[in-house]
This record gives sequence, structure tokens and C-alpha cells, in this order.
Amino acid sequence: MIDSKTNIPLAEGSLGKKTYTMNLGPTHPATHGVFQNILEMDGERIVKATPTVGYIHRAFEKLAERRPFYQITPITDRLNYCSSPINNMGWHMTFEKLIGAKMPKRVDYLRIIIMELSRIADHLVCNSVIGVDTGALTGFVYVFEFRELIYEIFEEICGSRLTTNIGRIGGLERNFPDAAFNKIDHFLETFPKGMKEFETLLTRNRIFMERTMGCGGIDAERALNYGFTGPNLRACGIDYDMRTAHPYCSYEDFKFEIPVGTTGDVYDRFLVRNQEIWQSVEIIKQALEKISDLDPTVFHADLPDFYLPEKEDVYTKMEALIYHFKIVMGETEIPSGEVYHAVEGGNGEVGYYLISDGGRTPYRLHFRRPCFIYYQAYPEIVEGGMLSDAIVTMSSLNLIAGELDA
Amino acid sequence: MEIQKVLEAEFGGDVSAFEMQFDIFTFEADKEINLKILTLLKEEHGFTFLNDLTAVHYPDKAGKELAVVYMLQNIKTSERIRFKVFAPITKPDVYTATALFSTANWLEREAYDFFGVNFKGHPNLIRIMNVDEMDYHPLRKEYPLEDQTRIDKDDEMFGR
Repeated sequence: MIDSKTNIPLAEGSLGKKTYTMNLGPTHPATHGVFQNILEMDGERIVKATPTVGYIHRAFEKLAERRPFYQITPITDRLNYCSSPINNMGWHMTFEKLIGAKMPKRVDYLRIIIMELSRIADHLVCNSVIGVDTGALTGFVYVFEFRELIYEIFEEICGSRLTTNIGRIGGLERNFPDAAFNKIDHFLETFPKGMKEFETLLTRNRIFMERTMGCGGIDAERALNYGFTGPNLRACGIDYDMRTAHPYCSYEDFKFEIPVGTTGDVYDRFLVRNQEIWQSVEIIKQALEKISDLDPTVFHADLPDFYLPEKEDVYTKMEALIYHFKIVMGETEIPSGEVYHAVEGGNGEVGYYLISDGGRTPYRLHFRRPCFIYYQAYPEIVEGGMLSDAIVTMSSLNLIAGELDA
Repeated sequence: MEIQKVLEAEFGGDVSAFEMQFDIFTFEADKEINLKILTLLKEEHGFTFLNDLTAVHYPDKAGKELAVVYMLQNIKTSERIRFKVFAPITKPDVYTATALFSTANWLEREAYDFFGVNFKGHPNLIRIMNVDEMDYHPLRKEYPLEDQTRIDKDDEMFGR
């Protein structure tokens, strides 16, 4: 039962004698997802906010206890569906850590290209939606062209767009086709110009600045205490990024900067995300350069016990058939142990806490979802502010319902 | 490991099973001293960031069926530490960490919702994902998922 105190008596000089209750959500066009907030309002000022979650809970942790390891990837798609490739890769790397597999450099770099592309897509959605909530629909429509280009790249690589199920344990399911590289080149050619225009539209826009500066801020200490990660924490001035704090997937080979803000308000979050987009573009360029001198046929590690062999080989070669059978029937030996691996997702540290007892399914799998953890701070941020600020704050936190509810 | 010596000096036999599991230093502790450990790590060793908190059900460990897992991080050095406390399923009382870490609030509610760990002193220990009317804790091992091979169920709308 939600313990929401209603009709709080107000002090002398307030607009009314008591607060009135307003239900924002669960489905409200301004919340961009299934979020409910029971607000106690004094005029247009929020006195108390009580968020409720769980409207799209899908019991992923229970489901995962039943599925073989390689079938868990599609579940991770549905966590943060704005950047599902990052979640997929995070899961592959978790399992690879458990079995102690090491990926060839080219696989790492290809994965980085995929992850950075989806980070760009994620940030583009978030930042353009801040624009929408402050009344500028133009930017939103404009950058979606580039999100579309990114999704077309994913389509070339894995065949799907939103819930990608990209990559496999031990590498990628197939090599990047030439069309994918062409599309990446096309994207890198056209995107910077468009991104610059998008930035010009909002960053120095007086109306946008007035609307977002000093709105929805949180200081660094509180943010840490609330377990903020990702761009929202960096906007407060803490340079904590999984890619540098706990480098994975050869991120240590790359040169990039971690942008930080100062006040942690909506405007800073917007700027940090914009800068991260530029950094991601740089990383993709570096990765493309690095793979150009590597063997272009390598796209998976030599892991016959876990990586499904080519279909062609399964039909023609004895060994491949045996391995195929072993993998699908769950006959491969899986080490037992507890492993935690985290990647820098669109919203922060996406962690996988996997307990394996040697069976073909996880004994327990827990997802650390950044959204779920930092959404707790929402009442503290919006209380005392205006209703319209609460809406902008929500979109700037980039709350994704799928990640919230798991 | 430096932190192991500190913990052993402070808590003696109440902390055990020190182990490096992959890249994270782990140990187990008595459930009565979970807050003391958290405070010590937070105040004196810089582990100011609660990365994750969750629960695990081990039905075979008599008297230690429910484990609560804490994962802390030193945000400056990026050092991580993880520890477990165990509670019997008949009386799953563990002290809440909400006073130390605001992060713990919803994570403990989640652990309560799915495992029934009773966090003593939690300001608002109610279900978070599931409906309030639910009278069981679904992530416990005694609730298996539906058998995928069952044939007695015939769903007109979705088929089987």
C-alpha cells in the first residue's frame, strides 16, 4: 500500500489551506513511460511526491533462472530498450568473465563500435526529449533522422533494430557486412553536422537556458549517496565512468574524455550528454582505424564449447556437429562461482551479478539497473519545485520504464 | 588484502570466508554486525558508494537460507568489496542500511518483495514491484516457473 499522506495542511500565506492530490501517471503523455507519481500540490508547487514503480514488471530475474545462459541475451534487450546493444554486450562479457574467455582485439573493437553507436542513440533520445518538454519539438524530429541511421546500422549487423539481441557469448554472431561499414561511414560523415545544428538550437537558446538552469539539481554528495551513476552523476561533477574506472572490452586502448558538469541540474545533464555524444563519435573513429590493420575475418573467439559453430560446418563436419549438440543440449561444463560485471550503459552502471552453481542455467542473476536506483532521488529533487520543472527533471534523468521495473 | 586484516582485527570470528572472486574481494559476515561493517567501511575506508544490494535464497543451507549481498565501492580508488550476511528463513531479520545509504531504500524493498527479507528499521518496507495483495515472495526457490512441457493447459487466446 502506498503510504501517501494526503491533504497536508499548509502554512499561512500559502495559496490554499491544504494541499490537493494530483495523480501524474501511470500513463501520461508527459512522462514518456509508465510512471506514476502521486503529487501533493500547493497551487503549482509540489509539496510531496510519491513515485510508484512496477507497472511493467516482467520477472526477468526469475525467468533468467530457467534459461540457458545464451538465451538470457534477449531478456537484457528489454532492460534499457533505448540502448539494448550495451546490455547485450554487458551480459556476454559477464558470462565470458565467468568462463575466463578472452576476446580477440577485433571483437572488442567491433563491440565498442556497437556500444558507442547505441550510446549516441540513447543520449539523442534523452536530450531531444528534454527539448520537447521545454517546448522545442524541432530538435526531436531533427535528430531522429540520425537515430534512424544508427538503427539501420544495427539492422545490417544483426537484423533487428530496437531489441537487438546482438552478439553472442564468445563474439558476434556474424562478421560486419560491408554495408554496415558503409553505413557507419555515412553516419560519421553526416552526423557531426546535424549534431552541431541540434546543439546550436538549444545550448545557447535563452528560453531553454532559463528553463533548465537551476532546475532539478542535486549535489554530488547526495547523488553518490543515492547511487547515481552515468551522465546524471557526472553532471554533479564526479568523473565516475565504468569505461575508465573498471575498463572492459579494451576501452583502455582508446583516448577519450569524461565530461563532467558542476551543478547537476537539467542543463548540466544536457551538456554532459551532448559532450558524451562527441566523445563517442571519436571512439568510433578510433575503433574503425584500429580494426583496419587487424585480420578482417575474425569476429569471434576460439571457444568451441560455448560459441555455436557455423551451420555449414554442423552439416558437414563431425566435430562441429558434436559441439553444436553439446551447446544446445546444455552438456558443456560451466564453472561455478559468483561474478559481477558492469558496463557503462546509457544511464550509468548496468551490472550483472551472476551466481552459477555449475548448472546450465544461472542459480541467481541480478541486474543492477541504474534507473531503478536513481529514481529514488526523484521526490527529493522535485519537492518544492514547480510541476513543469518536475516534468523536465524526469526527462533529463532519462528514466526508461524497462530498466526501472526489470 | 589490507582490508581483511582490518576486518579481522575489528570483528574477529564474526567475519569469514575471505576470498578474491574474479575481480572483487568478498567475505561473509554475521548478520548482527552488518551495519557495523558498513559503517566502518564507509567512514574509515572510503567505501562511500553502495553499488548494489540484493538477496539470494539457498534452500539447502539450514538456518542460513537467505543471504543479503552488499556491494560497496570506493569511488576514488574504484576498489570494490562484496559481502554476504545470512538469515534463517523462519526469522529473516536484517538491519536496514537506509540510514547509511539512501540507495538501500528501494533495493531493500525489492529484496523484501522478492525474498521476504525483513529489514528492521526500514522507513517504508512495502512491496515495490508486485501487487500489495500478494502473500508470497516469488524469487524464492520453492516457486518454480511453470513447466514448459505441460499439456493440460489450453489457452484459447494464445494457444499452447
